[in-house]
Amino acid sequence: MTARTLFAKVWDGHVVAELPEGPALLYVDLHLVHEVTSPQAFESLRQAGRRVRRPELTVATVDHNVPTGDRRGPIADAISARQLDALASNAAEFGVELFDLQSPQQGIVHVIGPELGLTQPGMVIVCGDSHTATHGAFGALALGIGTSEVEHVLATQCLVWSRPGTMEARLTGTPAPGVTAKDLILALIGRIGTAGATGHVIEYTGEAIRGLSMEERMTVCNMSIEAGARAGMIAPDETTFAYLAGRPRAPAGAAWDRAVARWRELRTDPGATYDKQVELDASTVAPQVTWGTSPGMVTPVTGRVPDPGDFATDAERSAVARALEYMGLTPGTPLEGLPIDRVFLGSCTNARIEDLRAAARVVRETGRRHVARGVRAMVVPGSQQVKAQAEREGLDRVFSEAGFEWRNAGCSMCLGMNADVLQSGERCASTSNRNFEGRQGRGGRTHLMSPPMAAAAALAGRIVDVRTWAGEERGGGAA
Amino acid sequence: MIEPFVRLTGKLAALPRANVDTDQIIPKQFLKRVERTGFGPALFHDWRFRADGTPNPDFELNAPAAQGASLLLTWENFGCGSSREHAVWALREYGFRAILAPSFADIFFANCCQNGLVPVRLLPQEIGELFRRHRAAGGEYHLTVDLEEQRVEDGLGFRTAFTMERYRRDMLLRGLDVIGRTLLLEERIGAYERSRETRPGNGETW
Ligand code: SF4
Repeated sequence: MTARTLFAKVWDGHVVAELPEGPALLYVDLHLVHEVTSPQAFESLRQAGRRVRRPELTVATVDHNVPTGDRRGPIADAISARQLDALASNAAEFGVELFDLQSPQQGIVHVIGPELGLTQPGMVIVCGDSHTATHGAFGALALGIGTSEVEHVLATQCLVWSRPGTMEARLTGTPAPGVTAKDLILALIGRIGTAGATGHVIEYTGEAIRGLSMEERMTVCNMSIEAGARAGMIAPDETTFAYLAGRPRAPAGAAWDRAVARWRELRTDPGATYDKQVELDASTVAPQVTWGTSPGMVTPVTGRVPDPGDFATDAERSAVARALEYMGLTPGTPLEGLPIDRVFLGSCTNARIEDLRAAARVVRETGRRHVARGVRAMVVPGSQQVKAQAEREGLDRVFSEAGFEWRNAGCSMCLGMNADVLQSGERCASTSNRNFEGRQGRGGRTHLMSPPMAAAAALAGRIVDVRTWAGEERGGGAA
Repeated sequence: MIEPFVRLTGKLAALPRANVDTDQIIPKQFLKRVERTGFGPALFHDWRFRADGTPNPDFELNAPAAQGASLLLTWENFGCGSSREHAVWALREYGFRAILAPSFADIFFANCCQNGLVPVRLLPQEIGELFRRHRAAGGEYHLTVDLEEQRVEDGLGFRTAFTMERYRRDMLLRGLDVIGRTLLLEERIGAYERSRETRPGNGETW
């Protein structure tokens, strides 16, 4: 047998048919559904008199549009409520399991899939959301799809997809203290650009990836889409199996042993080749901060806002000039020291328990235990289970006592569909994944960074280098 | 049923920006609808309208010459960002039938094909040339996109070919129902499902 990549193994195992005109019909093992991209799909299904082919492989939750404040009363926004109601009635009508607002397992779809053990190596996973790439951290082929494709998967349990290319992103070396998975992926996107992996599936390899926890790997795979890739994958290993063991929906007993034996084969064979390759030395990466309106507009925190004149093409120069105008930044300004108004700790990129622990550690370790005056900071756990775990560990008190708002799970200010939005001109340190114009609220200015960096920014009231700032705060003994 | 697209001669509107993301095409505050319609008026909302709701005269699509355009010309990586098909619904409802760019984001490209919006990939220098011709014509510039022949021409000397995978092209040319088409293979799907049950580990996913 010829040497195959991880991607090829998963792909080949799922081809139901090769269509003569190009694409393949690919079988889907897990279809995750949420309230924003599914109502039109269910409606068309109903109109066509079609059913959901495999409701037991379909799981729904509410996340994008849910309130993250008090949930006891009715939802204030009538249009949002209508979308949640539509999902509830569609799930009931078509026999799909739903984790609704009252469920203790509710949360961001890409947080709850892994948490429940639904996400497993070797699966093809789809969801009407571009950050489905997250699940690739388990060695699954996981990708975002549009609403028409959601309908197609509901009706046929298959996806029509033309075989993409493969790209290896090899991360060598060991990241320095204070450098997180978020910094690695932002640095990679900064290197290859937001279309650097378009048409490709990325496989992340190298010792820097092997050394990451599952949650960190999810952060890396999550932002594959920001590099243009529809999916990112990491070969499963002992870290993966240890994470999955005992999860409610993971196999158990003899089935577990059989599954693990199979999963061990899910790795790129020696001699298999990729269509593209890129390498990044993780030991050279510093904490990253975005300065513009695209995730590729990123620099080490020690860097400065660039000058449009430094860029090669007219198109780049005008894009950078436009971004700086939107962001209210002048070329040459150091990122460090930039005052901020808001902090958002959340999203499917960085709202798992390890993220909250890392952020809380910064709060604990620094002498200055309160959010800076005039700054509003929110912590939005990725799921209700993450929230409960954090509360068991007392993290909620660390945050609350420091002046952070402690909220219920959802996408929240990652995309600002609910009431959690920036006001025009507000500058936000955010652990989410997109700094597009208006993403967090019209006129809002987003700087993407890691959870420790965002926590430090909240306390300092400005962007700081967490590596040096936290130490100074301790040493300086500020109260 | 999507509206078939064979060939179309129409007015071109120019949006000389790169990396236009789906958050710009249709901002999230309009994603709460549960229908496929009603998105056209919100297309490019935050660029098209000022904060007070009045049209922004500086936005390219608000130029008088851009009114009634059915073709959109733009730079690379158009449609990057979220998977929201609402972006394509908005572009279609506004009146666009084809978009010409050097490249498109993958999910957006697939979404276009599902809705009869033809994504035409041309070389960057060809896109540059179209921008020049559009400008030289004061924005009153018409172009023919011929999907059957996979050709773009302006009748004034610009003529070039593009390619599209046969499956997607057939879908667009004939306005096919993709699901109906896949369901013709239902037996193959069933056979695949049964074959999985006999794999090692009983129902292993690969
Ligand atoms: S947290 Fe943000 S990126 Fe993740 S699914 Fe929600 S809206 Fe999308």
